[in-house]
Amino acid sequence: MTNSKIIYLDNNATTKVDEDVLEEMLPYFSKNYGNPSSIYEFGGRNSLAIQEAREKVKDFFGAKSSKEILFTASGSESANTAIRGVLSIDRSRNHIITTKVEHPCVLNLYKQLEKEGYDVTYIGVNSVGELNKDELFDAITEKTALVSCMYANNETGTIFPVEEIAQMVKSKNKQTKVFVDAVQAAGKIKLDVQNTDIDMMGISGHKFHAPKGIGALYIKSSTLISPLIVGGHQENGRRAGTENVPFIIGLASAAQKANDALNYESTTVKRLRDKLETALLSKIYNARLNSAAQNRVPNTTNIGFEYVEGELILLSMNDYGICASSGSACTSGSLDPSHVLKAMGIPFTALHGSIRFSLSRYTTEEEIDYTIEKMPIIIEKLTKISPFQKELNELKQRKGII
Amino acid sequence: MWNYTDKVIDHYTNPRNVGSIEDADAIGEAGSLSCGDMLKLYLKVDKNGIITDAKFQTFGCGSAVASSSILTEMVIGKHIDEARKITNKQIVDALGGLPPEKMHCSVMGHEALEAAIANYYNEELTINTNEDIICHCFDISKSFLENEIKTNNLKTIEDVTNYTKAGGACGRCKGKIQNILDEINNAAPKEEKLTKTQMIIKINNVIEKYISNELRKDGGDIELIDVDDNKIKVKLTGRCQACNRSQLTLTHFVEATLKEHIDENIEIIQV
Repeated sequence: MTNSKIIYLDNNATTKVDEDVLEEMLPYFSKNYGNPSSIYEFGGRNSLAIQEAREKVKDFFGAKSSKEILFTASGSESANTAIRGVLSIDRSRNHIITTKVEHPCVLNLYKQLEKEGYDVTYIGVNSVGELNKDELFDAITEKTALVSCMYANNETGTIFPVEEIAQMVKSKNKQTKVFVDAVQAAGKIKLDVQNTDIDMMGISGHKFHAPKGIGALYIKSSTLISPLIVGGHQENGRRAGTENVPFIIGLASAAQKANDALNYESTTVKRLRDKLETALLSKIYNARLNSAAQNRVPNTTNIGFEYVEGELILLSMNDYGICASSGSACTSGSLDPSHVLKAMGIPFTALHGSIRFSLSRYTTEEEIDYTIEKMPIIIEKLTKISPFQKELNELKQRKGII
Repeated sequence: MWNYTDKVIDHYTNPRNVGSIEDADAIGEAGSLSCGDMLKLYLKVDKNGIITDAKFQTFGCGSAVASSSILTEMVIGKHIDEARKITNKQIVDALGGLPPEKMHCSVMGHEALEAAIANYYNEELTINTNEDIICHCFDISKSFLENEIKTNNLKTIEDVTNYTKAGGACGRCKGKIQNILDEINNAAPKEEKLTKTQMIIKINNVIEKYISNELRKDGGDIELIDVDDNKIKVKLTGRCQACNRSQLTLTHFVEATLKEHIDENIEIIQV
């Protein structure tokens, strides 16, 4: 790397651990290390600490009771626990409905379940990433065991109307369970599951300044699941394994801080995101907004730079210390570009050159100004290498006239 | 993050010979926008057949730009017939190596060079005729795959995907790629008669790899019950059991697949 300065605009990938959160975690490593299941006070008092943490996470979800909260090791584990957990309780139904734009941690599980004999219906989205609700409603049948929909999309930030979807589902089939992957919504918008028809909701700590390796799952008290990990009685028999005390403490602390910062997210973070978005779209003629949905989390923008390839853009940004993500095929080595942008019908011209910028409450005005200054230089340089000069010229003229 | 060599980083950060040549004597193209990378190569050739100038324009990742950039350096000053001998392996070597998943970038460079030289001699490129397309996602023909497998000594489907992209998107052509690999690498030489245990293992492998997955898509499956010389006894399970088309599945799909991979003379018996 040629630049020691880091402008971190990839907060949908992971976030830095908040210093205060880390501080609160530290005593539980080598000082208060007792097993929470012990009878003696040295261990047992850690179960009180966990209980306190559970209360905080309950408030974060807006749940009724802390008994509805299960600690897991990741967003993926939360999703796997929820989905496999309810399916193995209700064996009489073998139909699942989900969306085409779910995160791979959920999508690949459904691909696996298809091999195991489940029928899965994948619901599409429109060009700005909004879900086709009618298609979803029509797909619900007697046989539908589960409807699974993300709260906010990781690539575009589009928010799905999960409360309304849950209501729709229950109005057609009361037996159908609803799982919401809220990994990208947590810490960005207010969660409030209490008075909804949502049965389960999963989150991951490292997306809102808790460490990696800790997640949580909300399970409505009336919803039964069978455990994914069988063994001890921890987590009310729903997830075996000695509790990861320091990380649970960290998750709760981060959740509380994130809740307190929600107003900042929807004002300052949103303002900075909008500033970046508006500036890039106006300064760079081959920039195209890929995530124009009305309802979006405040920190995310997805911009396609037409006729330029995403990995090359990221590598050039890296030289300036700017970190972001791309939906291009090349960045992952999978050869297949983003399934989300493809489902939205984003044209190939912009698909391979799509860049996702995701901010956090630590993003500063100076960082955004620096990015706004550097991006046009980067894209201009790379555009010169493109074999599509004729198309680029046409684009330039068209934009010029408009 | 990719583990790129300093040479690769240098060439994508400061690409040499970017641009087009107005009065080029040869132009070659490879790749396409929809596939995610594309290269246009321009050559200026003097009356003695020496390449005096080369320029490129690339839509693609870091290694695609680096491969294109170094290729222009490699061809300038060479006789066009000398340049024709450059292989994708030489492009990779000149860059000090590429990550396995990025080998196809060097292949694209080589393809564009081939196309440019063919253009210089007014030859028709014969690859990519419709009847032998193996990978429809990336429009890759059988002859092209065979050539790359032989040139680069590729052994597995993963190798083939890394070098050519074939099989890298939907993955439906992987069976066909395996067949081509088997043909070329002679993976199934005529052996002596298998023992019963060897036979069972072999049949089970074929079932796992090619048959079960397909049946599971329809909610069924298949179980190997017994092997008696060339008679293979199987049981269809799950939904296949009750399906009135199960006999068709058995002869058209199960038997055909097993015959293809095991032996022409086997007989399938449903129990």
